[in-house]
Amino acid sequence: MTVLFLSILTSVFFPGMIIRVKSLLSGRKGPGILQPWKNIWILLRKGSVISTTTSFISRIAPVIYLSTVLCAILLLPFPGIASFFGFDADFVFFAYLIALGKFLFILNALDTGSSFEGMGANREALYSLLAEPAFFILFGTLALLTGNTSMQGIFTNLQFDGASTYIIIIIAIYLLVQIAMIENSRMPVDDPKTHLELTMIHEVMILDHSGFDLALIQIGTTLKFAMYGILIANCTIPVDIGFGWQFLLFVGIQIGFAVLIGIMESFRARKKLAKNPQFIVTLSSIALIAFVLALLITFKMIP
Amino acid sequence: MGQYLILAPVLLSFLILIIPERIRHSYVLILTLFIGILTSIPAVRLIFEPGTEKYILQGPFGQIDLLIDGLSGFFILVTNFTMLTGVLYSRGYLKIYEKKKNQAQFALHYFSFTWLHLSMLGVLMLRDGLSFLIAWELMAVSSFMLILFEAEKRATLKTAVNYLIQMHVGLVILVIAFLFCEATTGQMSFDVLQDYFLRNHNTGLFLLFFAGFAVKAGFIPFHTWLPEAHPAAPTHVSAVMSGVMIKMGIYGIIRVITYLQADFFLIGWIILVFSAISGLLGVMLAIVQHDMKKLLAYHSIENIGIIGMGIGLGTMGLGLHNPLLTLLGFTGGLLHVLNHSLFKSLLFYSTGTVYKVYHTRNIEQLGGVIHKLPHTAFLYLTGAIAICGIPPLNGFISEFLIYSGLIKGLSLGSAYQAITVILAIISLVLIGGLAIFCFTKVFGMVFLGTPRAKFEIPESGSNSGMLFPQYLIAMLIIIIGLFPMLFLRPLITFVSYQFHLTTVHELVPISGIFLKISMLSVILILLVFVVYMIHRFLILKRRVIYGPTWGCGYTAGSARQQYTGTSYADSFAELAHPVLQSKDEYNAIGEKDIFPLPRSFSRHPNDVFRFGLNKLLDFNMLILKKLARLQTGNIQHYILYAFIFILIIFTLLYLKIL
Repeated sequence: MTVLFLSILTSVFFPGMIIRVKSLLSGRKGPGILQPWKNIWILLRKGSVISTTTSFISRIAPVIYLSTVLCAILLLPFPGIASFFGFDADFVFFAYLIALGKFLFILNALDTGSSFEGMGANREALYSLLAEPAFFILFGTLALLTGNTSMQGIFTNLQFDGASTYIIIIIAIYLLVQIAMIENSRMPVDDPKTHLELTMIHEVMILDHSGFDLALIQIGTTLKFAMYGILIANCTIPVDIGFGWQFLLFVGIQIGFAVLIGIMESFRARKKLAKNPQFIVTLSSIALIAFVLALLITFKMIP
Repeated sequence: MGQYLILAPVLLSFLILIIPERIRHSYVLILTLFIGILTSIPAVRLIFEPGTEKYILQGPFGQIDLLIDGLSGFFILVTNFTMLTGVLYSRGYLKIYEKKKNQAQFALHYFSFTWLHLSMLGVLMLRDGLSFLIAWELMAVSSFMLILFEAEKRATLKTAVNYLIQMHVGLVILVIAFLFCEATTGQMSFDVLQDYFLRNHNTGLFLLFFAGFAVKAGFIPFHTWLPEAHPAAPTHVSAVMSGVMIKMGIYGIIRVITYLQADFFLIGWIILVFSAISGLLGVMLAIVQHDMKKLLAYHSIENIGIIGMGIGLGTMGLGLHNPLLTLLGFTGGLLHVLNHSLFKSLLFYSTGTVYKVYHTRNIEQLGGVIHKLPHTAFLYLTGAIAICGIPPLNGFISEFLIYSGLIKGLSLGSAYQAITVILAIISLVLIGGLAIFCFTKVFGMVFLGTPRAKFEIPESGSNSGMLFPQYLIAMLIIIIGLFPMLFLRPLITFVSYQFHLTTVHELVPISGIFLKISMLSVILILLVFVVYMIHRFLILKRRVIYGPTWGCGYTAGSARQQYTGTSYADSFAELAHPVLQSKDEYNAIGEKDIFPLPRSFSRHPNDVFRFGLNKLLDFNMLILKKLARLQTGNIQHYILYAFIFILIIFTLLYLKIL
């Protein structure tokens, strides 16, 4: 429950903070931090426009998308607090839950029969397919390093001893940030602010959604950010410093994460669409480097 | 079981040929049920209480032993269920052929169908080498007859002959393997394999068996018959072939593994590598297909790969003396056998319904089927989610078992082993991701959007008879997904019996894990239900406007402008071009084309292995053609050949070489 509460808390402030940082950096004052949620609130109370081409897939897909993200959050541990649902190899279940949401989300886009949405769907499918191995190699590495396979066990035993472990933790954080950016369709692969349908990924997939459905999708997306935020916090927050300090550290990390994304998106150009697969596959190779490092640390290479 | 009870199905099956047309289908259904119940009773018993039961059949050529144990019992149950749904489905499906085919052809079709069932049961129960091979051969011949159903099409005829030849290549390898066994032990049977493996090298003979069985199972590179044969056969036949017949190869491999005595680790490693390659290439080739059935056929190869990964992992576990690894690997692999038979037959059946209504399986032309056939769309979606290994359906359960085995295997052995295992994990992840890519493509293109070509759809007849078996399967898929322990507990019992594992303490974490997965799945479903109810409730109160899809301001778009299967797969096909080698056909715009003319673009998927096989065959033909010069038609020449032959023999004898 703590994790659910923390992620909802994060998701409330997180998108607003990114937008604020980006506006400040571009010399504007920017909207209030709660503006994204005000927009969602407006959407929740609006009627909808529904395409006649669509079927029941479009009705249930946003619902399933949000539900899978909520369910995935239930699996996450928080340093020192065991997740009620954690079990061995639970990160597999975690990743596949997200995949269920994505599956329906892609179908949801194809349901409209629009070629723009087809493009978005195709890119989403390809990019998440390419990003998935990085996530699994990362967790495989951590499992190898800690000798545990549940997320709870992995993060609790990820001790901060020695420079070699630090390197792996830094790689882990880097990978998690990048995967979060890809999964949430942010800057290096997708630009949430783009205005041309041909170059959109996430935005183009929800072109035909309005009102309540759109609000569900947006809530899901903000929660997804919070989800990765919690994973990153798990990598960094020590277990034994008491919940008060942990909470403060958590807030600090989330603000840092938001500011980091804001800065990255302000000073970074979006990649050419054709270069995206290359960029994403690079993450897997970085993860493999971490894996080899872990083999060295656990003295498997040199017996 | 008495003698006559065993012989009864065999004798009763001949009645299919003479029985009146009116009651033929009901007769076949009752016969299938009879055979099913007859064999399922001991099968169920032996899964729950591991052991071996023996039934003796006194025949004119001596005594034949029918043996059932947990392993064969499990496969018997899978076979019986799929055959039953196949018969149920065939009634509605075969109506397309009513005008084209005469009654004798239908009778022969059902006769072969029943014999496919009988021969598969024979394969599962016979341990003696010769009778096993006869049953194996009967299985190939009866499925050959089934593929031949539309023999008036030249392509089908060619495919069927190709299938028959490849099956016999597999048979020859198996015969050689059995002969090896006979040469050393003096007997030709599975049971003496243990003796053989105790005294001799394990890997060599195992690899021979593996190759023989892999032809049937469709491991790459032995798979080339599979993507041709499945689309050529009628749908219920492809469902049965893909659902259970190729699993006979898996059964054979596991059967041989149970007799192995050494080299477990190496053999497990080999299986794992072959399987990972089959899985990856299978799904990659599936993505670029245009034919719905051919696509499913490539997915069979992929799933055989996943099953094989489980088996390979389990065998490695035997080598490492790690019971948990063995348990997770074999249970995952075997559960995936069941799961694959369920969702693959479901997918084939719903594809068949689409074909029955639209008379095409071309993904590039179909579209918007969900509005015409909502039930079929729902069923296909269920199958698609299950085959991608996504929770809360059954595919996830078996893949999760294999995943957890692999992850456990990471930290057990040396660095090399860890690298192998992480590569296996990567391939499993990629297989999952690619499967999602592929099935979003099929479902999105075929069932969603609007039709990309014009169809004349007959309004006649409902498909309710065809829907019943499909809903039956879908129900099982959901039950396995939500309550996996129901099925896992007996599986674990007999796997641990088969491989002599002590289970009691191992069982606890597994059931705990799956309890939590069940709980989360139920929570997920409840959440979906609650949010959906809120959604419905709010929509009722709000203003809802229906209109065309947003075309970014352009209002004259046509259905042909939609994304097609090829365009959806394009981004991937380009990345994977070095492996896939698809051929594009289009007329490029020349420099002098000022006024553009109508143009076309088509992409033809290519199977590199098929290409390689053809090259080999061409070479073979070349040599044979050269040899054909000897055939002069001149009697004097032939006498000369005989003379030369005798001379050579004499010389060899004289030199004491022969």
